Amino acid sequence: MPVTITMPALSPTMTEGTLANWLVAEGESVNPGDMIAEIETDKATMEVEAVDEGVVGKLLVPAGTENIAVNTPIVILLLDGEDAAAMDNMPAGAAPQAEPEPEPAPAPTAAAAVAAPVAEAIVEDELPPGTEMVTMTVRDALRDAMAEEMRHDEDVFLMGEEVAEYQGAYKISQGLLEEFGGRRVIDTPITEHGFTGLAVGAAFGGLKPIVEFMTFNFAMQAIDQIINSAAKTRYMSGGQMGCPIVFRGANGIASRVAAQHSQCYASWYAHCPGLKVVSPYSAADAKGLLKSAIRDPNPVVFLESELMYGHAFEVPVLDDHTVPIGKARVARQGSDVTIVAFSIAVGWALEAADILASDGISAEVVDLRTVRPLDLATILQSVGKTNRCVTVEEGWLGCGIGAELSACIMEQAFDDLDAPVSRVGGADVPMPYAANLEKLSVPDAAAIAATAKAVCYR
Amino acid sequence: MAKAAKSKADGARSGGSKTARPVTRRRKAPPPPAITKANAGEALEYYRQMLLIRRFEEKAGQMYGMGLIGGFCHLYIGQEAVVTGMQAAIEEGDTQLTSYRDHGHMLACGMDAKGVMAELTGRIGGYSKGKGGSMHMFSREKNFFGGHGIVGAQVPIGAGLGFAHKYRGNGRISLTYFGDGSANQGQVYEAFNMAALWQLPVIFIVENNQYAMGTAVGRASAQTELYRRGESIGIPGVQVDGMDVLAVKAAGDVAVKHVRGGKGPMLMEMKTYRYRGHSMSDPAKYRTKEEVQRVRSERDPIDHLREMILASGVAREADLKALDREVKDIVTEAAEFAQNSPEPDPSELYTDILVEV
Repeated sequence: MPVTITMPALSPTMTEGTLANWLVAEGESVNPGDMIAEIETDKATMEVEAVDEGVVGKLLVPAGTENIAVNTPIVILLLDGEDAAAMDNMPAGAAPQAEPEPEPAPAPTAAAAVAAPVAEAIVEDELPPGTEMVTMTVRDALRDAMAEEMRHDEDVFLMGEEVAEYQGAYKISQGLLEEFGGRRVIDTPITEHGFTGLAVGAAFGGLKPIVEFMTFNFAMQAIDQIINSAAKTRYMSGGQMGCPIVFRGANGIASRVAAQHSQCYASWYAHCPGLKVVSPYSAADAKGLLKSAIRDPNPVVFLESELMYGHAFEVPVLDDHTVPIGKARVARQGSDVTIVAFSIAVGWALEAADILASDGISAEVVDLRTVRPLDLATILQSVGKTNRCVTVEEGWLGCGIGAELSACIMEQAFDDLDAPVSRVGGADVPMPYAANLEKLSVPDAAAIAATAKAVCYR
Repeated sequence: MAKAAKSKADGARSGGSKTARPVTRRRKAPPPPAITKANAGEALEYYRQMLLIRRFEEKAGQMYGMGLIGGFCHLYIGQEAVVTGMQAAIEEGDTQLTSYRDHGHMLACGMDAKGVMAELTGRIGGYSKGKGGSMHMFSREKNFFGGHGIVGAQVPIGAGLGFAHKYRGNGRISLTYFGDGSANQGQVYEAFNMAALWQLPVIFIVENNQYAMGTAVGRASAQTELYRRGESIGIPGVQVDGMDVLAVKAAGDVAVKHVRGGKGPMLMEMKTYRYRGHSMSDPAKYRTKEEVQRVRSERDPIDHLREMILASGVAREADLKALDREVKDIVTEAAEFAQNSPEPDPSELYTDILVEV
C-alpha cells in the first residue's frame, strides 16, 4: 500500500505550518534521507526527509500553502513495484495517524491565533483616542520593542544564547543582528552564570544590557548574579551603584518538555527587593512594558510566555508606545467576582469570564502585568466593587503570587470580602511529561470558572 | 610533568578578532628594578601606601575586638604589595573590583580611610552609608566597583566592566582581583572564556595567599600553579612575587601594556601570604605559628622595601619615621571618625533599593 506522508510537528508547540517548497516532483524516486520539502513554521524553516524508499505518487498540497495542520497528508509515496493506480485503492484517512496531538495547554494556542489573528481588543483608557491599531504577535512586539530602544540608545545591547546568527531560539531577535551588527547583538557561549555576571558588570559600567535567557529555567544557573549582584548592589552601595539591566526570556509552562523546562519563576523573583518583575499577556503590553523595562534604571526581570509568542493582538501604532511598570490593567469589567491573573493565565481568566457570563456571573478580570511591585490599588478597587477574588497563576501555589495577593487583600480589604480569596494554580508537582498528566497539572478556564462560582457560593 | 606549551601558532596570527586565538604563553615576570634616585619618590610612596594599609587593618582588627565592628572582617595584612604595585601600574579611569578582602584595594585606589572605616563600624559616614559593611563598598568616583561577598562572583562582573570599556572604546582596562579560593569556581572560567573569546581588556589577578579559609591550595586545586589556569583558552599567565611591590609594579606594567594594547586578557598570579586569620574568628589550626612567623620575618613586603630604601640611600631612617607618623595620624583620624559618625537614620532602611523613576 502506498505511504502517506503527513505534515510533521517540528517543535513542541507547532500545530501548523506552511509548505514553502517541494524539493521533489511527482514521478521522482526518493531514498530514505532525501529532502522532500521545506516546511516553514513561525519559528523556523526546516527540511523534511523521506523515511521510505519509493516514487513520489502525488503531491497533495501545492507549494506555498499556508496553515497546514500537523498530521494533514501532504504527499503519497509509491513503494516498490506500486504504480499510480495503487493510490485509488487507498481507504480514506489511511494516513498513518500519529499519536493524537495533545492539547499543548488548555490555553489559546499560539497557532490558532496565527491562522486567523483574532486580535483581542484592549479595554484601555491609556491610549489617545483614535489611535490606529495593527495586528501583531507577541514575538514581533518584543522584537520591535528591542529594536526601537536600540535605535534610540547606543548603550542598549542584546546578549544571550543564539540571539544573533540563529535569530533567537524562539525567533524573538529576528533581524536584530542585521540591523545592529555583532557589536550590539551578541551570541554568548552556553554559560548562563558567566554571561549574566558579565552583563551585570557591563551594567555597573553604565551600559544597558538586555540579557536573553533561552528560557528562565536556565537562569537558575545565574540566579546568584541576578539577586546577589544585580538586585542588591544599589542598596549595598548606599545608592552609588546602579544596574540598568533587563533579564528576559521564556518563562512558565511550555508544551511536553517536562519538569526542568516548564515552570514559572514569577514568585521566585517577586520575592526579592531590588528587582522589578514584569510578565505581560498581550502583544501591546509586551511591547510597551519591554520598552519601559529597557529604559528603567533598575534591574527588571521580564517573564515571557513561550506559548504566547505566536499569539496575535492589536498593538497601537505609535512612535513610542510604552506601558508603565507597576500598573495593572482591567482586562474585562465585571461586578460579581474579581479574577486576578498575569501572563498566559489572563487568557484563561478571560475564557473563564465567558463561561461565568453564561451562568449569569459577571467576572472582572485584572491583568497584573507587573508582579513586583504589585498594583494593589487597582486590585483593591476591583475587590471593593466585587467583594470576591480568585487569583490565577501557572506556578505552584505555595508561597506564590496568589498567596501574596491573598495576604495583601486580607490585610488591606478584609471588610470588603464576602468570601475567602481562592487560588488557582499549577499542581504541586514537577511538571510531568505524559500528555494527560501535563493537562492535569495546568490550570484552565473551567477550573477558574468553577473556583469563581465557589467564591460566589453558586 | 606538564611542559610549557609551545607557541606554534605564533607566526600564524590572523587579523580578524573572530578567528585570531591568543597564543598560550607563560610569561616570565620581569626582575624588579633597583631603587635609585630616579624612582626614589615612587618607592617612598609605595612604602607609605603599604604602611597605611597595614596600620589601617591593624586598627580595624583592634576595633573589631572592641565590638565596634560587626560581622565578618577580612584583613589584608601581609598582602599589601599586591594592590600597591598594581595601583601604580594603572591609570586614572581604569576600573577595579575584588572579593570581600577589600579594605586594602579601597585605600590603594585613593578612597578615604575615614569613609572605609566608618563603613566597617556601620555608620552613615561610611562609603555605603553603613548599609554594606566590610564586604560591600564601592566608589564611583574612584572607579572601585566593590567589594563582593560571593566568592568568585566578582570575576564575571569584572569581565563585564572590561566589556563596557571595549564597547565604549574608551581605552580603559578592568583589574579583576580574586583569591585562590575563587580560583576553583566555575564562573571564573566562564568569564575567562568570554574575556579571551572577545579579547576584553581585563587583567585577572589571583592573589594566592595560600589558603582559602583553612584549605591550603594543594588540598583544593589539582593545578596549584594558578597562573596557568587560563592556558587552555590562551590567556597568558605570569607568576609574580606578590611580597615585593617593585616586582608587582614591574609585572603590572607589562600586563597593562598587553591588555591596554588590545591583545586580550592576562592572568597574573600573585604569590602572597596573609598573616591574620581568614576572618576574625579563625581557629588557626590549619597552619603553624612558625610558618606565619617565618614569612613575617623573612618576606614581609614592608620590611623588605624599607631595607631596600635605606640601603639605597635615597631616604634616611628619619624620613621613614615621618611617613610612619603621617600614616598613624590618618588611621587615628579614621578610627575617631568611624566612632563619632552617627548610625544611619532609621529612614535610611527603605532608601537606595530602587532608583525612583
